[in-house]
Amino acid sequence: MECFQLLDAVAVPLAAPDIDTDQILPARFMQKLRSDGFGQYLFHDLRHNGDGTKSPGFVLDEPAYRGARIAVAERNFGCGSSREQAVYALYDHGMRAVIAPSFGDIFFTNCFQNGMLPVVLPAALVGALLEQLRRQPGCHVVVDLAAQIVIGPDGTASGFVVDPFRKRLLLDGVDELDFTLGHGDRIAEFEKTHKIW
Amino acid sequence: MTVPLTLLDKIWRRHAIVERDDGQTLLYIDRQYMGDDLLPDVFGALTERGVKMRRPDRAFGTPDHYVPTTRRGGEPIGDPERRRMLETLMGNAAASGFEVFPLGDRRQGIVHVVGPEQGLSRPGMTIVCADSHTSTHGALGALALGIGSSETSHVLATQTLWQIKPRTMRVVVDGTCGSGVCAKDIIMALIAVIGVAGAVGHAVEFAGGTIRALSIEGRMTICNMVIEAGARAGLVAPDDTTFAYLKGRPYAPRGADWTAAVAFWRALGSDPAAVFDREIVLDAGDIAPMVTWGTTPEDACAITGAVPDPAAAPDAEGRARIAKSLSYMGLVPGMPLGGITIDRAFIGSCTNGRIEDLRAAARVVAGRRAVVPAMIVPGSGLVRAQAEAEGLDRVFTEAGFEWREPGCSMCIAVNGDTVQAGERCASSTNRNFVGRQGVGARTHLMSPAMVAAAAVTGRLTDVRTLLRAG
Repeated sequence: MECFQLLDAVAVPLAAPDIDTDQILPARFMQKLRSDGFGQYLFHDLRHNGDGTKSPGFVLDEPAYRGARIAVAERNFGCGSSREQAVYALYDHGMRAVIAPSFGDIFFTNCFQNGMLPVVLPAALVGALLEQLRRQPGCHVVVDLAAQIVIGPDGTASGFVVDPFRKRLLLDGVDELDFTLGHGDRIAEFEKTHKIW
Repeated sequence: MTVPLTLLDKIWRRHAIVERDDGQTLLYIDRQYMGDDLLPDVFGALTERGVKMRRPDRAFGTPDHYVPTTRRGGEPIGDPERRRMLETLMGNAAASGFEVFPLGDRRQGIVHVVGPEQGLSRPGMTIVCADSHTSTHGALGALALGIGSSETSHVLATQTLWQIKPRTMRVVVDGTCGSGVCAKDIIMALIAVIGVAGAVGHAVEFAGGTIRALSIEGRMTICNMVIEAGARAGLVAPDDTTFAYLKGRPYAPRGADWTAAVAFWRALGSDPAAVFDREIVLDAGDIAPMVTWGTTPEDACAITGAVPDPAAAPDAEGRARIAKSLSYMGLVPGMPLGGITIDRAFIGSCTNGRIEDLRAAARVVAGRRAVVPAMIVPGSGLVRAQAEAEGLDRVFTEAGFEWREPGCSMCIAVNGDTVQAGERCASSTNRNFVGRQGVGARTHLMSPAMVAAAAVTGRLTDVRTLLRAG
């Protein structure tokens, strides 16, 4: 897994609440192969017409946001289905961090598993950030995981809380599975006495 | 004095292997389910590391998302990508040695219908599946978590998950459901009250007289859809209803083991003095048959209500959101919900594809005719067989419904069963998201009986008016 330490990048505003994983990655693309990349399917139905032709106007396709590596969204981002392909789509498109007031639980966990940092900031701060991104399209936001701060385009620094365990794994680029495989003896010991009724 | 514990506490304690100071717990997983929606990378992560699946004896699989629901002659699935999804599951099962109920097996079906039906999901267990609706199994008193595909690889390799203990919420439902009101209406009413993020980070225990009076199937509908309020899990304490449901199921304990198991299960319920982080109380007597009008499950109200006016929303964000939903749904503020014409009806899914759901629908359909294309997709082959034994298939086919083979079908629309763009579908499923049932599809969620009422009238209809007329 790629490590995540500090990101200084263009941020794109995804200004809507409850953006579900069916919007991020429509279900009919779930069966694609990761090796082919999921970036092309990110928000597919918002970026294309019914006949498959490109539909102009979706924020992600505006020239100012090309190369965005940070998404700023409203509450409950990534709710709905557990499909990890939603994270693949964001990641393969280039995103490495998503900032929102709250997230769908499974999506939130899936982010960490793929080297992507979900950052929870209070709604008022996210609102202010979205406003700045709208005023200055293409401006940068800094996400510093080690220091646990987000620095907005206006220089305002906001602290955020992150689970220390996930933070360590992300900073080091260590996969959770590799970490747990080191606990094999503890698991085997547990299994000796654990009864399943 | 001992600290009173919740059902969640009791399950958590028995499965904690490592508890870190930072709050992370390495939790042992008793049961893992797999559908046909896992990409090759999921087992690939094990191959890459040279590790084998740790406990194939604790895992079960059955193809559900990508299977055709038309008559099955054993011919391969035409679409190469869908076929590959199925073959991936079957190949992994053969290579790693876990049991699978394949296409053509009477036990095949939606994994959340099949697991409980086989007695594989039991009280006190920790259960995972790479599907958000895994919460369904909580109806039996298990901690059942929907997980992503990386976590699935993690469980395959280690039989564990790193988890932070969820906060607890208790939803107490008391009172008697009126005629035509069922479990689906209760959970839809709850989501309408607390919102689609109302239970984020929480394990929700359902309690109260109304829940106790529900069958396990009804409880499954409720736990299934609690994920639509953002919950980590839904649970119902095991009781005599649970034990009666499990007894004699193929994988349930037998003989002396059964007696010991029941004694253990009986002690799992939350202690009377247990404290929950949040409590919500609902009166079942206040709940009417529900329908959704918008594009999230919280956009729901009683069938006797009307399409909301965005102007009445408390803030600009709410006004914009409702206006956008109504535009997608092709609805006008103030329209009565009862009477909105539909193009199609669908009964099935892990929410409402069980035998009681089909019985409830058949009671409405009997002696009437569907006036729009309508289909029934049983949740499993055994549900289908049971319905046929009861003659329900004839009730449906004589009324012009299609009687299909089991699978997820039009709930997620990845097997080829889709709602066309612009079509309005009355659906017994769980998500009315934009495009969920097909690009441009408009979904109204409701109970199976309400879908049946919509199918035979061609419009959203208060099922109680048909039950009275019936």
